[in-house]
Amino acid sequence: MISCEKAALICNKAQYREASFMEKMKLRFHLFICKTCSKFTKQNTEFTSICDKANLQSLSEQQKEEMKKQLHSES
Amino acid sequence: MAASIPEYREIGFSQQIKNLKVITSNSTTFETETKTMAAHTLNPDSWVDAYADYLFNYAIGRVSDGEVAKDLVQETFFAGLKSAKNFKGEAAERTWLIAILKRKVIDHYRKSNSKKGKAEVRMSYSTSSDAEGDWLEERVADPSSLLENDAVENEELGLAIQDCIGKLPRKQGKVFTMKTIQGISTEDICKELDINPSNLWVMIHRARTALMGCLNQNWFST
Repeated sequence: MISCEKAALICNKAQYREASFMEKMKLRFHLFICKTCSKFTKQNTEFTSICDKANLQSLSEQQKEEMKKQLHSES
Repeated sequence: MAASIPEYREIGFSQQIKNLKVITSNSTTFETETKTMAAHTLNPDSWVDAYADYLFNYAIGRVSDGEVAKDLVQETFFAGLKSAKNFKGEAAERTWLIAILKRKVIDHYRKSNSKKGKAEVRMSYSTSSDAEGDWLEERVADPSSLLENDAVENEELGLAIQDCIGKLPRKQGKVFTMKTIQGISTEDICKELDINPSNLWVMIHRARTALMGCLNQNWFST
């Protein structure tokens, strides 16, 4: 039997497709008996699909560093 | 050049860095400080960290080219620096920067139009040549199609999420962005930030929980 912390960890990993098959089975089993974790898993999965839908974009750290450098040389 | 150097330079660069450290270490002070600070204490150093992604999302929704969007953001920061003395502190920094970016986007389209030697804006309503000559009326959007609304809504959602990411502690936001948006592998992030995987997952967990709460407050409740 896994703890709720462990369940949350596996759930987070699963959002990035990094949970192993065994981990997913353990999570499934835990969700059967834990309401709180079921709720969290549902919300967490929803949040993942929201992020996908929003088509988020970001600059890489490298690009940001370059920006800062250029800003300094300009000022 | 000397005349255009904004006033915030007067308190000296090292002082700026000090201010920056104090401010970024505590996000609540950041808010109160920006409110009380007048034009001469704008913080261009923190702009990139605080607003670059937000502005980038805004720009990419309008020019749909990453390279161009990046340049527009950069130009926005330059313009912001140059006219920092005009910043009256009435609007939030970000609102002010977005206003500049809007002008930059318009300028971008003006320029790209004149480059092609166009005297007027020409719209092509159709890209396929066999539909040429068809009546425009036939092309009016199907009112039951909500695709357009979806696109607008998704962009707003994206900005709301970026806004929430900006409120996270700096490192959490960074880890979340690298993992979720840039899709970098756990291993590579750990190497780059010199943390171990369990650290990373704790930060991801905190970031996700905070973001869900923030979105519930700012997005789903309105």
